[in-house]
Amino acid sequence: MNRRGTALLEVSDLKVQFAPRGSGLWSDKKGVVRAVDGVSLTLQRGETLGLVGESGCGKSTLGRAILGLVGAASGSVWFDGHEITAMSNREMRRIRPRIQLVFQDAGAALNPRWCARDLVAEPFKIHLSLEGAVLQQRVDAIFETVGLDPALGKRFPRELSGGQRQRVGIARALASEPDLLVCDEPTSALDLSIQAQIVNLLQDLQDQLGLSYLFIAHDLGVVRQISDRVAVMYLGKIVETASRDRIFKEGRHPYTQALLSAVPVADPEHANTRGWKAMTGEVPSPSSPPLGCNFCTRCGSKAEVENRLNIDCDMIEPELISVEELHEVSCHLFPAN
Amino acid sequence: MNKTFQLWNPSLLLGLAIVGLFAAMAISPGLFSSQDPAGLRLEHRLSAPSAANWFGTDGVGVDVYSRVVYGARTTLATIVVVLGIAILVGVSIGSVSGYLGGWIDGLLMRVADVFLAFPPLILALATNAVLGRGLQQTMFAVAFLWWPAYARLVRSQILAVRKLEFVESARAIGANELRIVGRHVLPNVLDPVIVRASLDAGFVALTAASLSFLGLGAQPPTPEWGRMVAEGQKFLLDQWWVATFPGISLFVLVIGFNLIGESLSGRMQSGLHVSRAEETEGR
Ligand SMILES: Nc1ncnc2c1ncn2[C@@H]1O[C@H](COP(=O)(O)OP(=O)(O)OP(=O)(O)O)[C@@H](O)[C@H]1O
Ligand SMILES: [Mg+2]
Repeated sequence: MNRRGTALLEVSDLKVQFAPRGSGLWSDKKGVVRAVDGVSLTLQRGETLGLVGESGCGKSTLGRAILGLVGAASGSVWFDGHEITAMSNREMRRIRPRIQLVFQDAGAALNPRWCARDLVAEPFKIHLSLEGAVLQQRVDAIFETVGLDPALGKRFPRELSGGQRQRVGIARALASEPDLLVCDEPTSALDLSIQAQIVNLLQDLQDQLGLSYLFIAHDLGVVRQISDRVAVMYLGKIVETASRDRIFKEGRHPYTQALLSAVPVADPEHANTRGWKAMTGEVPSPSSPPLGCNFCTRCGSKAEVENRLNIDCDMIEPELISVEELHEVSCHLFPAN
Repeated sequence: MNKTFQLWNPSLLLGLAIVGLFAAMAISPGLFSSQDPAGLRLEHRLSAPSAANWFGTDGVGVDVYSRVVYGARTTLATIVVVLGIAILVGVSIGSVSGYLGGWIDGLLMRVADVFLAFPPLILALATNAVLGRGLQQTMFAVAFLWWPAYARLVRSQILAVRKLEFVESARAIGANELRIVGRHVLPNVLDPVIVRASLDAGFVALTAASLSFLGLGAQPPTPEWGRMVAEGQKFLLDQWWVATFPGISLFVLVIGFNLIGESLSGRMQSGLHVSRAEETEGR
């Protein structure tokens, strides 16, 4: 397989679609659900890319497509020179150890009949066929790495706290020594104090092991803490990417601004002083997105674009354009330089 | 919440005690009765319950109590064989169907539907007519009509469990399909099968007894409760004990299995799923 670029992960124009749910006898059949609708992004080694967006915008689906857990309708995912989207099941299983997933709800992602030790031992058994004392040693070591008391190994998931369960989930993901960890809202099911612990753990692990993260989250505070770069997703598309600081200080896309203005900030300096326009209305269904810009139905700047630039947002779709170095925005307000 | 306390509730204990008692009779009937369940003593025929014959004697002078005790073996053996076959066949077919899907699933489930569409007793009668009379034939006949229920149950469970996140987690870890089915899906499917089996055990006993009552099941001199009820029928008004005691035994055994089944299914509903709900509440 030919190598592409130097990025660890390269997603280009990826589309993932689902057959409409519950189509059939009693519901009129709507179009396919365009969960991920033409996403391109890159992730460098050792980097953390934060992925933010409202519920249902396709973040998890994008993560699962990167792991090859859902098939792509079109586009490609390249991981370290291998094309994930073109792999057979066997090739897929060979590359799996290197890309792992940390689930949002560790309670649901851990088999309720297995004790913590067996759950963490599973990847060692699958990939290294370890057994007995060697296995024991490796499991103990990884318990230590994620800050779990090995004495908890005999407990079943329901006998662990939420934070402990998430640590078991992280241990399972780390066992195969991955390069890339897709963290799908790993802290959103946890109490605030536990959230901070898990985020710190992930940061420490990154320093120790040189991991790269695709960090999916609702919570902008967490994203701000952990990310190097941030991608903002809306209705299956990336609408803006930039370094963390640029996004939080100079996020340009009306959606990014709406997201930021919705965050309560203690610091008045960061409060909504720029006259950001709040969103109105509901997210359209991903099975029938607007014709033009996806955000046009809720955008506070639509009138401005249409009056000043004379562009019809309802009909013409903006492209993701580089407005500054390493800062891309998909909005008619910001034409290419 | 203390799950162990919930598990060992009184009705489960009572059910286990009842089934345990009959199981003990089935395993070593000699402990419960010193009389020969086939010992004809025509001079004592149809004598009322007494210290010597607790449940009286039947039309040929055999002690009804010892026949009831030895009959437990026939009934429990029938249950074990019938459910064993039904579960083995049902789980295999249900797993294949649920996991592979497609036209194989369609075909297997249509076949199962055909079985489920017939009233069980009629189907058993028909099967018995083909296979002939006798205890073994009856067991096969009943097993033959019982597997589709398990196939359907396992199939629907598999469809539900394989969508759960821990299955995806196993796949993400790099587990192959065989491991996913064997280690993650099937074990989580078997709970409802066990519950269903304990609820079914009583019905199997009743169905087998009904067939024997109609003269199709166990043949004399094998002691069998359904047949004993049939034989006692003609004395029912004057010598009530001949038919009543085997009838009561069957009734109590069925109640015992149902108590177990009901408690287990109650526990199952409050098990996996509630703990899931508790977790989401915290968000
Ligand atoms: N297996 C599926 N079948 C059909 N539709 C699906 C499936 N999985 C996801 N979807 C749909 O795809 C869209 C994106 O879902 P996804 O789970 O990726 O969103 P998300 O951004 O992760 O949301 P959240 O923040 O709530 O986790 C949603 O409209 C969802 O209903
Ligand atoms: Mg999600």
